[in-house]
Amino acid sequence: MSTDAHSLSRDDVAHLARLSRLAVTDEELDRFADQLGVVLGAVARVQDAPTTDVTPTTHAVPLTNVHRPDVVTPSLPREQVLAGAPAAEDDRFRVPRILGEEA
Amino acid sequence: MSTDRLLEFDDVVSRYEPVFGLETHVELGTASKMFCGCATTFGAEPNTQTCPVCLALPGALPVANAAAIEATIRIGLALGCRIATWCRFARKNYFYPDIPKGFQTSQYDEPLCTAGHLDVEVDGETYRVEIERVHLEEDTGKNLHVGGATGRIHGADHSLVDFNRAGIPLVEIVTRPVAGVGAKAPEVARAYVAELREILLALGVSEVRMERGNLRCDVNTSLAPTGSLEWGTRTETKNVNSLRSVERSVRYEMRRQAALLDDGERILQETRHFHEDTGSTSAGRSKEEATDYRYFPEPDLVPMAPDTDWVEQLRADLPELPAARRARLREEWGLSDTEMAWLVNAGALGLVSDTVAAGADPADARKWWLGELSRRAKDAGVELGDLAVTPAQVAELTQLVAEGTVNDQLARQVLDGVLAGEGSPRQVVDSRGLAVMGDSDELGAAVDAAIAGAPDVVEKVRGGKTAALGALVGAVMKETRGKADAATVRRMLEERVLGG
Repeated sequence: MSTDAHSLSRDDVAHLARLSRLAVTDEELDRFADQLGVVLGAVARVQDAPTTDVTPTTHAVPLTNVHRPDVVTPSLPREQVLAGAPAAEDDRFRVPRILGEEA
Repeated sequence: MSTDRLLEFDDVVSRYEPVFGLETHVELGTASKMFCGCATTFGAEPNTQTCPVCLALPGALPVANAAAIEATIRIGLALGCRIATWCRFARKNYFYPDIPKGFQTSQYDEPLCTAGHLDVEVDGETYRVEIERVHLEEDTGKNLHVGGATGRIHGADHSLVDFNRAGIPLVEIVTRPVAGVGAKAPEVARAYVAELREILLALGVSEVRMERGNLRCDVNTSLAPTGSLEWGTRTETKNVNSLRSVERSVRYEMRRQAALLDDGERILQETRHFHEDTGSTSAGRSKEEATDYRYFPEPDLVPMAPDTDWVEQLRADLPELPAARRARLREEWGLSDTEMAWLVNAGALGLVSDTVAAGADPADARKWWLGELSRRAKDAGVELGDLAVTPAQVAELTQLVAEGTVNDQLARQVLDGVLAGEGSPRQVVDSRGLAVMGDSDELGAAVDAAIAGAPDVVEKVRGGKTAALGALVGAVMKETRGKADAATVRRMLEERVLGG
């Protein structure tokens, strides 16, 4: 990763693209690195907020142990489930070939 | 086909020290999924057990299954773990078609359970396997690769995804590296998974049917030259899904890595796939680093904070664990360590125990399960526990023998009937007419017929050659198709040939 927290290198973008399974061209790498750098810079402004007295949290509400009992509820009808799929076959979601990896 | 060069196992362990570790995934047997109410029934029609939550439709929010959390804590307690007083779920981000959200809801730096151990026995020696962590996550969907000759991705044209499994609660149990066991490494690895499976069964948290993928292992293996202070580079063999395969995969990786190290080559840190048919492994993708998963605390779920009193209650309510149970039963049944090991290795311990509980004598129960029933299972190519006979029925069978209703030979015919689904042993005795014939008119007639049919033999017996009586006994047994009791027949013959 780059040393400057507010910018992304071409290599960073290439790495992220690979993790996201996106094919990105050389020209796009440069463009996205610039664009994402701007986004990061904007988001980085939250670091200016005074937080020394604030306890880190991942939730806005101080709740714990919100559970549901182990009870089965109806699932969606399959036609409805597959209706939103770009492609379906044999009652399953059809997806493009998975490249370069084994299941 | 594997083209790996392999070093002989004896040579491997004479020069190298193996280290292995296991990540075991257990599908919990909850009725509903981890974060939604969809059913978890195995073998359901594809995509019939899905909803907006487990399909990751926009706006859907997860709510954690209380029973899954409880089961995870009970697993942790059974493994002697510390239970977290506060912890969170985390998102493990990666893209794969079987993971609809683009992340798996898992746990990262705050697992529910940490720092436990499991003692396993191999050849009378006890080995302690340290448990690093036990955490709760969710299973993925199932990919079906279409167009490839082997059902694997290579050569596949496209893939089909069934999300019924997506979101089923999954517990991951991670060991610390196990070192210093040398040549025993493959067996200790297997024994660990076997014992873990027993514990999960005793807890009743999962069906742990490995052939259904209820329990799946990733096996890490590395080698270092004997005496080396540093461990070697490890490989991770994925989806090792039987006890035998766990042992074979460790053995294979040890032999493969040793051959490379012997040639001065480096071991690549990589994921490998295990091939059930050949017992070999092959290279998979290079491993993603933890940072690549960009873990972060799950904002859609609130933290878990198991109440200490509740956890202590769960601890107090744990069932008798397999190791303690084995020790107790060994004592109660007066068995040697070896006899006990046979019973355990045959997968018959629970069956014998249940048979005894149903009223059978321990020795009789053992005799049936390790003898006749083991043979039947082997002939049928099924597990002992999958035979169509219950421990209660076996107990009834032993009682029929004990009370003299049937002899051993008839009892085997009774078993035929039970296995054929003809009902309980007593019902089969009645319907097939298999009861031993007592000193009845029918048997008397058969005895008389035998005497009348062999005057020469009768003469010999009367002349003092009592051994010749055996031929008459045999004739009666044949006539009654084994239903007579040989001792009764002999007594009746003696009375009628020699008696007053």
